[in-house]
Amino acid sequence: MFTRHTLLLAIGLPLAATGARAETPNDFLAGFAKEAQSADANFKGFSAQRGEQFFKARHGGEWSCASCHTERPGQIGRHAVTGKRIDALAPQANAERFTSRRQVEKWFKRNCNDVLDRACTAQEKGDVLAYLMTVKP
Amino acid sequence: MTKLAKPMFALLLLAGLGTPSAQADELRITARNATWQKECGACHVAYPPSLLPAASWREMMNTLDRHFGTDASLDAAQTKEILNFLTANAGRRAAVGKDGKPLQRITETNWFRHEHDEVPARLWKDARVKSPANCAACHQKAEAGDYGERSLRLPK
Ligand code: HEC
Ligand code: HEC
Ligand code: HEC
Repeated sequence: MFTRHTLLLAIGLPLAATGARAETPNDFLAGFAKEAQSADANFKGFSAQRGEQFFKARHGGEWSCASCHTERPGQIGRHAVTGKRIDALAPQANAERFTSRRQVEKWFKRNCNDVLDRACTAQEKGDVLAYLMTVKP
Repeated sequence: MTKLAKPMFALLLLAGLGTPSAQADELRITARNATWQKECGACHVAYPPSLLPAASWREMMNTLDRHFGTDASLDAAQTKEILNFLTANAGRRAAVGKDGKPLQRITETNWFRHEHDEVPARLWKDARVKSPANCAACHQKAEAGDYGERSLRLPK
């Protein structure tokens, strides 16, 4: 299949700043780790606790990640403006999450822009994912 | 019926409400626009292309990174694909704001105002509606592109 081929190709390449092409949450975590390491030689791994704080806090703007994904991201969320249903974000609650590189990159870009008015760092993304992976449905 | 009757009829057909055979045909057309359905339906219902003119869609697709206070940016290929779909199926009624620019909100068009002039003001402010753009609060099948009267349920 086309996607499989490109996947294998991409793994063979050095993991670029855009993060690894991956298909499981653990692949994403590994990609963010490589990226964080190359950005900071003192990188010490990810923390689910830090990720949880980041997820629930506002960062200067009107919204936190929890504004749409709720404080319990193992459950269904609602868009803060439109009220539209958003399926659970935690991979244990929703097997589709963190399986598509295109989807993950697109939404990190948009949502970080909305919440922090900038892109998220690899450290931040890894912390959030580490947290989300601990969240039960 | 309004001037919109014909395009709306086409729309309802598109949504699969026509005769069974039309349904089968039109469903395939919808499938070809899966990108639009998925990407423009992520944060709200995917608003039917016929409800704004091409100039409005062009402006919108050029400014997706600043889309009603949120970042809705897409990659270039998807932007182009969706823009083509929207403009090919756009409405023909002009929709220009006081500033001379193409309107970005369906809910600000004269057509929308006229069609909804009997909706009581308190309903627009109802917590379950939140925003006139929340079509699905009243049009139960908005998700499927059906705005017909039969699926209209006002919050009580
Ligand atoms: C204004 C609402 C809103 C806010 C605030 C928000 N998100 Fe989202 N997020 C969404 C929507 C809508 C989707 C896509 C809907 C869907 O896929 O069901 C999404 C999808 C995602 C995805 C895609 C996951 C996947 O694999 O499908 C990630 C990752 C994500 N959000 C992370 C975050 C983080 C981190 C923050 C805080 C920095 C955040 N979001 C804040 C609305 C929001
Ligand atoms: C990241 C979330 C997001 C995505 C993705 C998104 N939108 Fe929106 N859109 C919004 C928000 C928020 C509003 C404002 C809703 C309100 O005021 O109630 C809006 C409003 C609109 C409106 C005006 C509704 C009205 O009449 O008041 C149109 C038209 C629209 N979007 C079209 C699109 C199209 C076309 C796409 C796909 C290219 C798209 N949207 C993708 C978040 C999004
Ligand atoms: C507060 C409830 C409410 C909301 C929200 C709402 N509508 Fe309506 N809509 C109505 C009512 C009531 C009518 C009038 C039905 C009539 O008079 O025949 C109507 C009529 C219509 C019609 C004409 C249907 C016909 O059969 O002639 C269309 C099309 C339509 N709405 C589209 C929309 C769209 C698109 C949105 C979102 C951008 C929207 N509506 C939001 C209540 C609502």
